[in-house]
Amino acid sequence: MSRPNPNYENSFWDHFSKWLKGEYDPFKGRLETKTADEAVSGDEKVRDVDLRLADIGKYHVDMYEEGINRYVGRYRKLYRFLSVFIVLFFIGLLLWTVSALPGYGNPHEPENNIVAERYIEKGLKETGAVNIVTGMILDYRAFDTFGESCVLFAASCCVLFLLRVDKDDDPHSAAVEEMNDRHYEPRNDAILQKAANFLVPLIIIFGIYVVLNGHLSPGGGFSGGAIIGSGLILYLTAYGFEKTQRFMNEKVVKALTVCALLFYCFAKSYSFYTGANHLESFISTGTPGDILSAGLIVYLNICVGIVVACTMYSFYTLFRKGGI
Amino acid sequence: MTLVQNFPFFCIILSMFSAILSFVMPQKVAKYIHIAMVSAVFVLSLGTLSYVAGTGESYTFMMGHFPAPWGNEIRVGVLEALMAASFSIIMLLSVFGGMAHVEREVPNSRKSLLYILLDLLMASLLALIYTNDLFTAYVFIEINTIAACGLIIVKKQGRTYVSAIRYMIMSLVGSGLFLIGLSLLYGTTDHLLMSPAKEALDEIFAAGVYHIPFVVIAALIVIGLGIKSGMYLFHTWIPDAYGYTTPTCSAILSSLVSKGYIFLMIKIFFRVIGFDSIISRYLVNILFVLGLIGMIMGSIAAIKEKDIRRMTAFSSVAQIGYIYMGIGLGTTAGVVAALFHVVAHGIMKSQLFISISGLIDVSDGKQDPHSLRGAGYRSKIAGVAYTTASMSMIGIPLFCGFVSKYLFASSAMTASSGKLIAAWIVLGISTILNTIYFMRMVIAIYMPVDAEMRKAHGIVPSRTEAVAMAGMILFNIAVGVMSPPIIQALESGIAMFG
Amino acid sequence: MGAFLANYEEVTAIILFVIGMGNLLLQPNLIKKIIGLDVMDAAVYLFLAAKGYIAGRAAPIVVDGILDAEHYINPVPAGLVLTGIVVSVSVSALMMALTICLYREYHTLNLDEIMMKLRKEED
Repeated sequence: MSRPNPNYENSFWDHFSKWLKGEYDPFKGRLETKTADEAVSGDEKVRDVDLRLADIGKYHVDMYEEGINRYVGRYRKLYRFLSVFIVLFFIGLLLWTVSALPGYGNPHEPENNIVAERYIEKGLKETGAVNIVTGMILDYRAFDTFGESCVLFAASCCVLFLLRVDKDDDPHSAAVEEMNDRHYEPRNDAILQKAANFLVPLIIIFGIYVVLNGHLSPGGGFSGGAIIGSGLILYLTAYGFEKTQRFMNEKVVKALTVCALLFYCFAKSYSFYTGANHLESFISTGTPGDILSAGLIVYLNICVGIVVACTMYSFYTLFRKGGI
Repeated sequence: MTLVQNFPFFCIILSMFSAILSFVMPQKVAKYIHIAMVSAVFVLSLGTLSYVAGTGESYTFMMGHFPAPWGNEIRVGVLEALMAASFSIIMLLSVFGGMAHVEREVPNSRKSLLYILLDLLMASLLALIYTNDLFTAYVFIEINTIAACGLIIVKKQGRTYVSAIRYMIMSLVGSGLFLIGLSLLYGTTDHLLMSPAKEALDEIFAAGVYHIPFVVIAALIVIGLGIKSGMYLFHTWIPDAYGYTTPTCSAILSSLVSKGYIFLMIKIFFRVIGFDSIISRYLVNILFVLGLIGMIMGSIAAIKEKDIRRMTAFSSVAQIGYIYMGIGLGTTAGVVAALFHVVAHGIMKSQLFISISGLIDVSDGKQDPHSLRGAGYRSKIAGVAYTTASMSMIGIPLFCGFVSKYLFASSAMTASSGKLIAAWIVLGISTILNTIYFMRMVIAIYMPVDAEMRKAHGIVPSRTEAVAMAGMILFNIAVGVMSPPIIQALESGIAMFG
Repeated sequence: MGAFLANYEEVTAIILFVIGMGNLLLQPNLIKKIIGLDVMDAAVYLFLAAKGYIAGRAAPIVVDGILDAEHYINPVPAGLVLTGIVVSVSVSALMMALTICLYREYHTLNLDEIMMKLRKEED
């Protein structure tokens, strides 16, 4: 046994173990930080925070104090042991399953893989999309993809439900105060604004390029929409909510989302209906490789792009200030 | 292809369309859109049902221009049409039954969002019922989960956030297991549509190897769906999720959301794994045991519970145990019984939750048995609805609960003798336990009280709610009395499944 | 052992999947739960991507008019991953929104502590 290190508090291992447990903040005392209360000065706020801290402290004592809650410690050890055990058991079981299964898809025998084969060999002719994956998700398996857009729509409804601050909510409540993140906005940060001036148009044009070329090259509605959304978020960070709200407010976001989804819904209903009833569809696939080819795919990609960009942007604003 | 054959597709698209449209509509309009949509789905599903029952054959409907192994498709048979019709009517009655509560409890600015989520829920339930594609099923499972989470948080209190996060955690584990099971299955069969996947699996089984790895894969899918539907062992989220939200949402969550997953599981058993294959034989035994334990433990937890809504939620655990027991018998008759119980439990549970909200309203909003004494006098219609639903749950003839208990008992005779004895004994015990906790509440609400206590303390149920409760009672009795054609339809539907 | 080494992407995916699922189920901290969820989903996508990949073949974008199944990898898993990513983005956003609401209400991210507070409130 070695002697206990008298200077253990400052040793590397102590820091390391604290960091592992999440108690240690490596940036503490090294960064220039501004606390929330400086921006929103006022005794009310400080007292509120003090009360809350005391409250948390009380619960910590109740939970972890050995005398009060003796079984908690033992329970935690057992819990950790069991978690590791369960995880290891599942890993073993699944690995055994994977290794015991017949060979994967047998890539050397294409007749085993008639689905992929048709997608590749006839996809260009049937859908007009050079990018076979886009052709697959927007034409062969379009119902899935419509469902996927609806997942995004459902999630944005739920987030709106949870985080939107309304006029009928009490404007002075703690939640509303906390939700309003405008106090922390950088105001007229020259570096950020110059960089944004340069970057935002580039990012948005790149996003539009990715959306429009979804059927010709890697990319498509989702990736392009995410890029456009990130451009909007950058603009918002640089110029603040007031300027951004002139062109992206709740009405615009809602109208864009609904128009895009409705077009998607009608377009796909038409193609499902004609497909199932063996009717002639007026949509032609065009010349493969052209920007306006591949029938509906390019329009659907634009719709998905709009929906995704609006949703990403509204997630960000809802998380930051509780409103679009 | 005739126009009638398009109806299931119209139902799905109509519900999605109304969800999208409601996003820009004021809340009143969103409500009317929702009601009109669900009624339309009900009528269209009845049309489909009569068509499919008339031809006696199921058909597939291409979603796009490409046939089976390449494009998405949906599949329509008697069973699917029957489920769609009953789910839509239960949803309609639940929405009417809790409408006044929604008006009071949901903030004005969020009502239209609630109706959007209900529309999306209907769309996802219909898609889960009709789909013939495993990956479509996964996507709509996620819509169902998110919409259900939205229904749990409509009240916006701390308690409902905790329920929602517990629900989400369990559900996400469930969908994760389903997704990895799906990927493994795709990896070995190279198909995502159900019928080609079944053919590929049959080929692999015919070689007589790989049974155990496939049991693991099928178990991942089945357990994933089981977690999401609240199978015993994974039921811990149920009382929280059903117990604190608004009555409409409790009714819909307990009677429809979990049933969608159960129906999908039965569909996967029959249309992908093959119900008489060796894999199913292993799996149904697990389901059987979990179902039996759930029947007893759910009832015991319900007896211990003081809060009437949480008690009803625990009774759902027991009732879902019945359904899994029926599947676990491993015979077609057992599955018919389970499917009948899916419908019957949907009716009974929505009736219970709606009538309970009526009883609580006239008792100053208190939920313990003591405060509810005499509530049956204070609100006659809620008292009658609660009593009839309880009698149905216990299994008194004339109500639909009796038919499903009878079907469970008789279908157990088609299984092996060990299962028969276990099923009968547990059915008996569970019925006694059911009687204890339901009759305790019925006696409490009809406890003789003085004249002062007979006057309503609080809010009397509105006319829509009273009409909805009356409709539920009638529907319950109608299904109970006219069960033979329904059972026949279920049997022919199962025959079409294979 | 040789099979494991040959399929090392799939082995990694399985291990990551179980670790993610373990975190989602067993971590008391809500943020770590969400990280677990994302790890779990990413593992499934890694698994699918590894399954679609066939050594020596090109991405499924038609170049120079070659329409031979032998020339491209399987496009189906790529499509599934694309759809799956959107689903997991939505679910993570919803979980984070719920976490924010819970933190505002209970001032802690530890689910055990939240449950403890609830039990106290009810007593």
